Amino acid sequence: MSTKDISIPVIKKDHAEKVSGQLPYISDVKLENMLFSVLYRSPIAFGKIRSIKLPKLPEGYAVIGAEHIPGPNFVKILKPDQPIFANELVNYIGEPIFMLVGEKLEILYQMLEQVEVDFEEYQPTYTLDEAIKMLEQISTEGVLAVYEFGESLEKIHQIEQKASKIVVDEYKTGYQEHVYLEPQGMLASYHDDEIIVQGSMQCPYYIKNALMSGLAYGEDEVRVIQSPTGGGFGGKEDFPSMMALHVAIAAKVVKKPVMLIFDRTEDMVATTKRHPAKIKYKTALDEEGNILSMNVELYLDGGANTGLSPVVLQRALLNSAGVYKIPNYHAKGYVLKTNTVPNGAFRGFGAPQSFAGIESHMGHIAKQAKLDPLQYKRKYLVKQGDPTITKGRFRDPILMEDMIKDLVKTVNYKNRKEELKRFNQQSKRYKKGIGTSLFLHGCGFTGSGERDHIKAVVKLVKSKEDKVSLKIANVDMGQGILTTLSKIVAKELDLPFEEILYPYPDTKEVPDSGPTVASRTTMIVGKLLERAARKLKDTWQAGVDQEVIEHYAHEEMIPWDEEKFSGDAYPAYSWGVNVVEVEVDTLTGNVKIEKVYASFDIGKAIDERVVKGQIDGGMAQGLAYGYIEKMTSKQGRIQQKSITDYGPPTAMDVVNIQGKLFDNPYAGGPYGAKGAGELTLIGGAPAVQSAIEDALQLSFQQIPITPEVILENLDKGEGENVG
Amino acid sequence: MVKFKLNGNEVKTDAPPTARLLDILRDEYNLIGPKEGCGEGECGACSILVNNLVQNSCLIPIGAMEGADIVTIDGYCKTERYKILNECYALAGGVQCGFCIPGMIIASEALLSKNPHPTEDEIREGISGNLCRCTGYNMIVDAIDSAAKKGEGLW
Repeated sequence: MSTKDISIPVIKKDHAEKVSGQLPYISDVKLENMLFSVLYRSPIAFGKIRSIKLPKLPEGYAVIGAEHIPGPNFVKILKPDQPIFANELVNYIGEPIFMLVGEKLEILYQMLEQVEVDFEEYQPTYTLDEAIKMLEQISTEGVLAVYEFGESLEKIHQIEQKASKIVVDEYKTGYQEHVYLEPQGMLASYHDDEIIVQGSMQCPYYIKNALMSGLAYGEDEVRVIQSPTGGGFGGKEDFPSMMALHVAIAAKVVKKPVMLIFDRTEDMVATTKRHPAKIKYKTALDEEGNILSMNVELYLDGGANTGLSPVVLQRALLNSAGVYKIPNYHAKGYVLKTNTVPNGAFRGFGAPQSFAGIESHMGHIAKQAKLDPLQYKRKYLVKQGDPTITKGRFRDPILMEDMIKDLVKTVNYKNRKEELKRFNQQSKRYKKGIGTSLFLHGCGFTGSGERDHIKAVVKLVKSKEDKVSLKIANVDMGQGILTTLSKIVAKELDLPFEEILYPYPDTKEVPDSGPTVASRTTMIVGKLLERAARKLKDTWQAGVDQEVIEHYAHEEMIPWDEEKFSGDAYPAYSWGVNVVEVEVDTLTGNVKIEKVYASFDIGKAIDERVVKGQIDGGMAQGLAYGYIEKMTSKQGRIQQKSITDYGPPTAMDVVNIQGKLFDNPYAGGPYGAKGAGELTLIGGAPAVQSAIEDALQLSFQQIPITPEVILENLDKGEGENVG
Repeated sequence: MVKFKLNGNEVKTDAPPTARLLDILRDEYNLIGPKEGCGEGECGACSILVNNLVQNSCLIPIGAMEGADIVTIDGYCKTERYKILNECYALAGGVQCGFCIPGMIIASEALLSKNPHPTEDEIREGISGNLCRCTGYNMIVDAIDSAAKKGEGLW
């Protein structure tokens, strides 16, 4: 093992039991005397509960509500503004008010239909546009978070007055739904001395902390075990904490195991989504089209409560200038409250919105400067040693220029563009175009989050039989860390990969190595495991129980100041370049993706096959975010209630992706590895937009660019300010 | 009473004829291979073979299964053809979260038994009723393509 390159793929640790269908996910678990549960959810968007009338409950059935919560009635995340069960005010359609528990699901559903709740209704805020208007005209009451940084507005206004041209874009992005194939599910069982919660999740310790708060229980009285998790993509980061509280509180009352499994519709309408965003750009240019200043205002629709939105906003703002060095840059961002389902974590975490926006805007500026978008963007690429927009520094080598050169050569960019242009001159109905996107992703938690909030700890345990187990809280949700992290430990210890054990995390057994989010697992947790394994190897005693614990050590950078929004936001960055070719049917507005090329710098691949899986899967989600996946809310109600209504890509919507990795080892990651999971999603949508714009010679101001949007823009003959 | 063949065994159930086949398989026969991803026939996670054709078991009332020959992943995983698919999915890296995979394997079998030498487009069409959110499908397409080659003569 140790002589081989770590990037060489191995068969995944959990392959056999997954492919045979014999690995039990939470919905496959049956416990003795287990009860099922259903939630009564608010049918109105904003109002006060006047009275609740319940049907007569059969014997063995119970109703669980706010009055049963031993601790404070909120889900512990960032701010105490998300009730476990709403007990007075409701703030969105779908907000849980109480839960019915009993043996048979069909009876629970029947009873749910007979519930009568009387509300006093208030005037809700339904959309981000309404919330922005409120902010501008009435009050800052709906502001859930705000950050501002950069050059002074005074100076920017002076520059704008002298500019030869001002380019203004107002860009809009929609919801994105995770559609993990396994719906959310959680099971609690009551024991004399502890409550055990198991289920589909990304962050066992987030759940444990939320349970300790809501149940008013101590450290040893709550135990959280991850079940095999059928996809997460951020959707199982913050949301499962609430479900865990629901089943745990119920189990404590009825003293029996309580299971809560969502069906697809409930999962689609009631769980968190990617924040819809509106981003306004105002950029001053000189007569040659060079950028003099840029002012960005960014708004995220937070939904009804704070959740993780402030952190999503941070990442959105940190990425708001893309991969560019922009002179005189200023940005301000808000998370605004609306009476809609709360939005939360989703692969990319604010960055996909920002990259779609800035790539679109830079493309539009390029048109003003009469230059090819890629050529224009390259002029502004950040280089090693450059400051970041928050006065941090890009301290590691940046390979973007090499990656672009390589891809331009591979696709024969200039000639290809001409070829497609000639095709378009001949073809009336079908138009082809080529587009690019340039992007990065900051790996790990923002700023000093790893040091101050997460404080990751990992443990390796060796048995008398000399078997080594990983004891960490990070979960495999499909991304392959059972394999990749085991591989790191195996290589360090010079043991066969197959012999390393990595049991599903159980908080009773594992220290808090942090949540499985933020493209941090391989880089941060992997590095800690690498160090722990080295230590174990140095102290190895055959036939003896041994344990090694390793704590996060912070690499000193330019200190991050969240108030001032300045300093090094991330320890390292991963980078990407995408090129996409599309064909647009101008009669139907349908877009067909014909070719996809993707180059990435993720430091070093721990397993090339696992990384290919991240590239293919992340890009399928990212591309679809740009032109297929559309979710809308009407009067506070999510309109897409089934998978078909929403339309995630099928095998027929994707093409082979010609991916390429550029090695650029990062000293702070195991074997030089940086984050990869989120990066692969980010460039998809902006590359699709750029290709559609090239095909139609129109400008768009939104994603997704659905057939309706295309037809509307073709009718207008111009893509500005639609929708 | 409904009688049918399940993974090679003759079985019967007293479930009401409108009960969903998926629930019968999971609750009465404790087969955890077929998964419920949507309950509406849209995702394919509950795919099974009924008389050698791929079907969404969430849409089938058990009453319609009188005399049917039903194979689920739980039985299919003991076959020679499965061994090839298993190996090819492993080498192609076609499995991530795994929730769609039992259905995907069944769809692969249905495709290959009808068309032992599918083109890439035919593979994509063959699994287009099965959603996967992790892989972007390409590694699954590769797996089926190599299974067709490696399993020459089996299908």
